[in-house]
Amino acid sequence: MVFTLAAKSLRNRKFTAALTLLSIALAVALLLGVERIRHESRESFANTVSGTDLIVGARGSQVHLLLYSVFHIGNATNNIGWDSYRAIAQRPEVAWTIPLSLGDSHRGFRVLGTTSDYFEHLRFARGRRLVLAQGIPFSDPHDAVLGADVAEALGYELGRSIVIAHGAGEVSFSLHEEQPFRVVGILARTGTPVDRTVHIGLEGLEALHAEALADAEDPLAAALRARESATEGRRQIPSAITAFLVGLKSRPAALGLQRTVNQYPGEPLTAILPAVTLQEVWEITGGAERALFAVSALVVVVGLAGMLVALLTGLSERRREMAVLRSVGARPAHVFGLLLGEAAFLTALGIALGFVALYLGLVLGQPWLESRLGLFIAVGRPSRHELALVALVAAAGVLIGLIPAWRIYRYSLADGMTVRI
Amino acid sequence: MNTKAAAETARAIVELAQLRFAWSAAGPPVLDIDGLRITPGERVFLRGPSGSGKSSLLSLLAGVVMPQHGKVTVLGQDLAALSAAARDRFRADHIGFIFQMFNLVPYLSVVENVLLPCGFSARRKARAGGDARREALRLLEHLDMDAALLRRPVTELSVGQQQRVAAARALIGAPDLVIADEPTSSLDADRRAAFLSLLFRECEREKATLIFVSHDASLAGLFDRTVEFAQLNRASGPPAGRVAI
Repeated sequence: MVFTLAAKSLRNRKFTAALTLLSIALAVALLLGVERIRHESRESFANTVSGTDLIVGARGSQVHLLLYSVFHIGNATNNIGWDSYRAIAQRPEVAWTIPLSLGDSHRGFRVLGTTSDYFEHLRFARGRRLVLAQGIPFSDPHDAVLGADVAEALGYELGRSIVIAHGAGEVSFSLHEEQPFRVVGILARTGTPVDRTVHIGLEGLEALHAEALADAEDPLAAALRARESATEGRRQIPSAITAFLVGLKSRPAALGLQRTVNQYPGEPLTAILPAVTLQEVWEITGGAERALFAVSALVVVVGLAGMLVALLTGLSERRREMAVLRSVGARPAHVFGLLLGEAAFLTALGIALGFVALYLGLVLGQPWLESRLGLFIAVGRPSRHELALVALVAAAGVLIGLIPAWRIYRYSLADGMTVRI
Repeated sequence: MNTKAAAETARAIVELAQLRFAWSAAGPPVLDIDGLRITPGERVFLRGPSGSGKSSLLSLLAGVVMPQHGKVTVLGQDLAALSAAARDRFRADHIGFIFQMFNLVPYLSVVENVLLPCGFSARRKARAGGDARREALRLLEHLDMDAALLRRPVTELSVGQQQRVAAARALIGAPDLVIADEPTSSLDADRRAAFLSLLFRECEREKATLIFVSHDASLAGLFDRTVEFAQLNRASGPPAGRVAI
């Protein structure tokens, strides 16, 4: 009975109730959205570096090395000599290595020069290996394997010819038009930066750069030389790479090898343990995350305060209504329950609408987040943490509802069936 | 046994004895009544000027507030002997109220307003029969409510129509006592007479006792008995800042 009355009373004040609902729903959507993006971005980052024991790059910031080598965020300031790479790769404790050469792009997507070891050893999302949705890995120097998003966004299919541009920007004025690549494979979706990467062999990449280097001297001769050497299968050994991933035979050897690499006499190198460096990233971003969470929590408080104001504002005019209810047998507890029920109903509906807004936002914003920020935000069921947050909001809504409920309870005790004004 | 003796021995539906009441302990007394006795089936007219404490007496009869001194007995039940919750239940079960104005819940339909007491009293619901909604419609029909009005929001009804809805709400589930607090003060003479006629008829049909409170002396002749509130209540002066609903 009380719940029915509360629902009908709210329907009678549908405009203020709708505004209250809107503010609670948006606040909840914001809170959950911030939490979802925070959690999913961490998950996405952690998934990307699964199974790699060390990442080696030129001497510099550890966080920077992790970001540009694995997440393709930013650019390397220096390269590693091929000889240094080979020397470390041949150490007995090393099980496998994946060389990474970055710096070129195709229509805004990064181009990664690597070897077939990439497809063999790279793992993501707790040990899953790369799978080709179509085609085969590259074997010819001018073969390319596309990430799922690249193929989808650009509408590319197997056999398509593509041109690599120098530099990592979306627009480049330096195209390697003399050496087109042919799409031979398209990877299945991973939810990692792999999806937004064009993969080519190191030899093909080296051929491109040899051409570019010679262009300045004798463009025609250099282009012919590069094409010949590439197409004739002559192996082009790169002089340098950007970084490389290392898998060890025994994980405890990681610290020892890290020390060895950091003291490598041939050139200044940095080796990082991905999980440790990722933790550093979280420590750096933690402050901003906490600030963002605090702001969204404050928005929830403002939303609930709006509900309190709406309920308190209508209280004096509702005293007559409560007196009528008392005359037909409603107890003060009923009157209390009526106001509390309204607050609980508004909060619960606001939360439900907040979830709807969140999922709508995720569905609509997912492609943009993925293409622009490289964040794959899953549109899955609410996590325990999200449910706990929502329970907290619900409890706060009910607690706030106690204030008008208590006031009207006191009024109804004092007023009885007459109203004191 | 003569009539007087019979009346004395009849079970009183309302009995007040040595009643003293003030809204606050430090405040002036609002009610000071030696005694009042109303028997079942009576139609009593309680007349007094505005602010003389009539509404305070109704709150005492309803068990919403309790006197500082004296005894209020309704249907043989000493209200002070009941807990607050039990008094609320007792009111829901046995008393129907009609107020002067603003007496309908604006967000409920006509029928929902009439059915309201059945939501708080299982006894009233049971006495309304198996189908309380049908009983509500029957009462509204008896009170000459146009069927076309039943679906309209109560806020669109005229004052007279609202009063008839309020009367139906007070009468549903056959309460033993109907208390009407200035129900006709907003009506013109014709509508007042029509409303009273309907109210008397329905109270008689439901065998309900009626306490009708008003300051309008011209109505006195229509009732079995008139009680002058000024003579009944020795306390004087209106309770500051309270209005009847």
